[in-house]
Amino acid sequence: MKTYHLPEYIVKRNVKRCNKCKLCIEQCTYGVHYYDEKEDCLLSRDEDCVNCQRCVVFCPKHAIIIKKNPLSYRKNYHWTNEAITTVKKQAETGSAILTGMGCDKPNLTYWDKLLLNASQVTNPSIDPLREPIEIRTYLGKKSKQVELALNGGEVVLETRLAPQLCLETPIMFAAMSYGAVSLNVHEALARAAVECGTYFNCGEGGLHPSLYRYEGHLIVQVASGRFGVHPEYLNAGAAIEIKIGQGAKPGIGGHLPGEKVGEEIAKMRMIPVGTDALSPAPHHDIYSIEDLKQLVYALKEATGYAKPVAVKIAAVHNVAAIASGIARSGADIIVIDGVRGATGAAPKVIRDNIGIPIEFALAVVDERLRNEGVRNEVSIVASGSIRSSADVVKAIALGADAVYIGTAALVAMGCTLCQRCYTGKCPWGIATADHEISKRLNPEDASRRLINLLNAWSIEIKEMLGGMGINSIESLRGNREQLRGIGLSESELKILNIKPAGE
Amino acid sequence: MRLLSQVNNPYGDDKNIDGCALFGMINVEGTRFPFKDPIRAISNMRERGNGLGGGFAIYGIYPDHRELYAFHVMYLNRQAKRRVEKSLKEKFRVVLSEELPTKEAKVWNPPLIWRYFIEPNRSKVNEEKIAEDDYVVKNVMHINVSENGRALIFSSGKNMGVFKGVGYPEDIAEYFCLEEYEGYMWVCHSRYPTNTPGWWGGAHPFSLLDWAVAHNGELSSYGTNRRFLETYGYKCTMQTDTEVFTYAFDLLVRRHKIPLELVSKILTPPFWDEIDCMPQKQKQLLTALRQTYSGLLMNGPFSVIVAQQGQMIGLTDRIKLRPLTAGVKGDFLYLSSEEAAIRVVQPTLDKVWNLTGGEMVVGTVKAHAFVRLQLVTTLLGN
Repeated sequence: MKTYHLPEYIVKRNVKRCNKCKLCIEQCTYGVHYYDEKEDCLLSRDEDCVNCQRCVVFCPKHAIIIKKNPLSYRKNYHWTNEAITTVKKQAETGSAILTGMGCDKPNLTYWDKLLLNASQVTNPSIDPLREPIEIRTYLGKKSKQVELALNGGEVVLETRLAPQLCLETPIMFAAMSYGAVSLNVHEALARAAVECGTYFNCGEGGLHPSLYRYEGHLIVQVASGRFGVHPEYLNAGAAIEIKIGQGAKPGIGGHLPGEKVGEEIAKMRMIPVGTDALSPAPHHDIYSIEDLKQLVYALKEATGYAKPVAVKIAAVHNVAAIASGIARSGADIIVIDGVRGATGAAPKVIRDNIGIPIEFALAVVDERLRNEGVRNEVSIVASGSIRSSADVVKAIALGADAVYIGTAALVAMGCTLCQRCYTGKCPWGIATADHEISKRLNPEDASRRLINLLNAWSIEIKEMLGGMGINSIESLRGNREQLRGIGLSESELKILNIKPAGE
Repeated sequence: MRLLSQVNNPYGDDKNIDGCALFGMINVEGTRFPFKDPIRAISNMRERGNGLGGGFAIYGIYPDHRELYAFHVMYLNRQAKRRVEKSLKEKFRVVLSEELPTKEAKVWNPPLIWRYFIEPNRSKVNEEKIAEDDYVVKNVMHINVSENGRALIFSSGKNMGVFKGVGYPEDIAEYFCLEEYEGYMWVCHSRYPTNTPGWWGGAHPFSLLDWAVAHNGELSSYGTNRRFLETYGYKCTMQTDTEVFTYAFDLLVRRHKIPLELVSKILTPPFWDEIDCMPQKQKQLLTALRQTYSGLLMNGPFSVIVAQQGQMIGLTDRIKLRPLTAGVKGDFLYLSSEEAAIRVVQPTLDKVWNLTGGEMVVGTVKAHAFVRLQLVTTLLGN
């Protein structure tokens, strides 16, 4: 069938600069560039370009730029180019449009509408270069009260605290499964987590044997497909995360196309080679909250009550009530993934239309758990959309204990958000199961970039805390006095429970 | 005088930001002494206030009525007085009521101030099945909230009293005729409000039952502290960061029975680096305290004097951003924003030192070896 939709991007090559080294041909996994022997020049198939910028970065002569195709349909605010193209694609294929990464629609980012405070005159700001500022964070169930006994003048601790995760910076690497991303990516995340005193989450695809050595900094995930879940796997985790939902695709399970399921991945996931690894939409042993409680305790039984259990949900309309139920299910940590959370593969219509922004979800969950007096019994991790240290600080001020970053970590390693992760051809060697392509990502180099990123953010977090006159991150947690809203409606301010700027 | 609710916090701010002077003095034998030394000391720090607030909490001043709650109440007008007195009569037995003696002094726009010695209505307390102190707190807060500034019960303890208002502390002392009183503990405050106009009710010390808190500083962690305490049922109604100290002490000392020495390890804990290096048992203890009560870490610059019957507690923030000096002479413990203020009343001291960051100093009257840990407020859902 003749394709009616237009190429999205145009490859522009400066022929004066091009020395015909053909590196672009080698770098492009989509076969966009080719050499025309007759004309002795390089040409491109623009319709296959995904604008990943790989050739642009690697062209030694800086001869390539990629442009958005200026040819567009007649201007129409309702029938946008995207809407028209999608209809055409679906008319040609008859299928759901797949996409990767998080929702790219405007007006869903509330972080930018929140402003932070700083001390002036009446309260000295603190200089992190000269004074200690603490950002260590413990995740896990806290007691309502510490019980002490006096034993011959010595104070003895009677309360035994539930197991905790100790984070030297309140940022963890979000779940990305082996299969969705390459083994090298896992290796890089693991090394960075160790170096920075934090944790990486291996996602729902099991754990490669070579990664068991990072068990002190690993969170293992149990999702509805139960891929790669066995006692050894569970015990390798410093914590276990039950994945109920994901911000990019609330209501549906993980999708790994059979093309990506090679021998190694099949082994990890405990499925035949080449089969689609489709996690069921729900956990078929969890049809209600009491079932979740059983799974939480089953996992605790399996691991001797030595590890915190987290439950990850997508931010949906009644997230507060759901979180309240989870807080009473025995879970130690609640992870909330907002509408902008990313994925390796999801139907575009689901990614872009389902769920609510993390800012609102976080605000209402924190408020609800406080009103019910159970906020101290669970930790809250915010996920899905964190781009910068300022987002981290704002999330904690709204009520999070820590955050997960997924997209930011991938971007640090080279990702350019071209949104084609589901093809398995990621030219940056990230979202691929192909051995050759994945070699493009060097774990040593990638982990250095991740470490740099976390170190940079940690310094910035300390700067912002110091500015507010706060020298320990726990004094920021839920401290909405430090936030003001700009350009928000009254009802938005009410839900976020913050004042407008100037008040 | 203007309507108090309009004067108080017209900008909707949630706290008073203060730069102030503190002075506290306790005789650990419980011997009562007159106003001369405390007034001299606090007025020696005139530079630290700006005349927009001064106040005193004096303990042991009503020995003749030691079993009765002494309410000090400020009124905006006669109607407010009638309303409050009506509800006092319903809820309490009023043994004695009188206008607080005052005289001409350099104070700004004083309200009408009355004193009542009362005891709770027994049958009503029994009916509600709550402790007597809780009953008092509940009614004090109810009146204060419903009067919305038109009347304010600003002192409600036994055998203690708070005297405060808008003016320099020495003028406030003169206005309230403090030369007529004696106490074994005086806590004094001179205020330098920066974001709210001086209001008689906004002066320190803040008091509820026999707790009194005088505070110099600003809590950057106020939002966190307030919301943490709310999960334990406290309601922050006074619109000042000072009250979270009162509730934090009540929660930790009275409800959770944490020894005072450890309370400072919660409000102003050691840094994790220090905790990590401690012996195993101590490390476990402090880690558990810090993890559990992370929401009570008091961040930002402060020095504070917290008093209850028989006890004076001084505490500074953990990186020492506000001053507090302690001095000891014989049976006296002094706490002051400046050493000079102690020296002016007691030139020779047995011991004098500046508190380090997060240090707590406690002076306890010997007869109170078994200190009754008073209630503040815990009125869950009331």
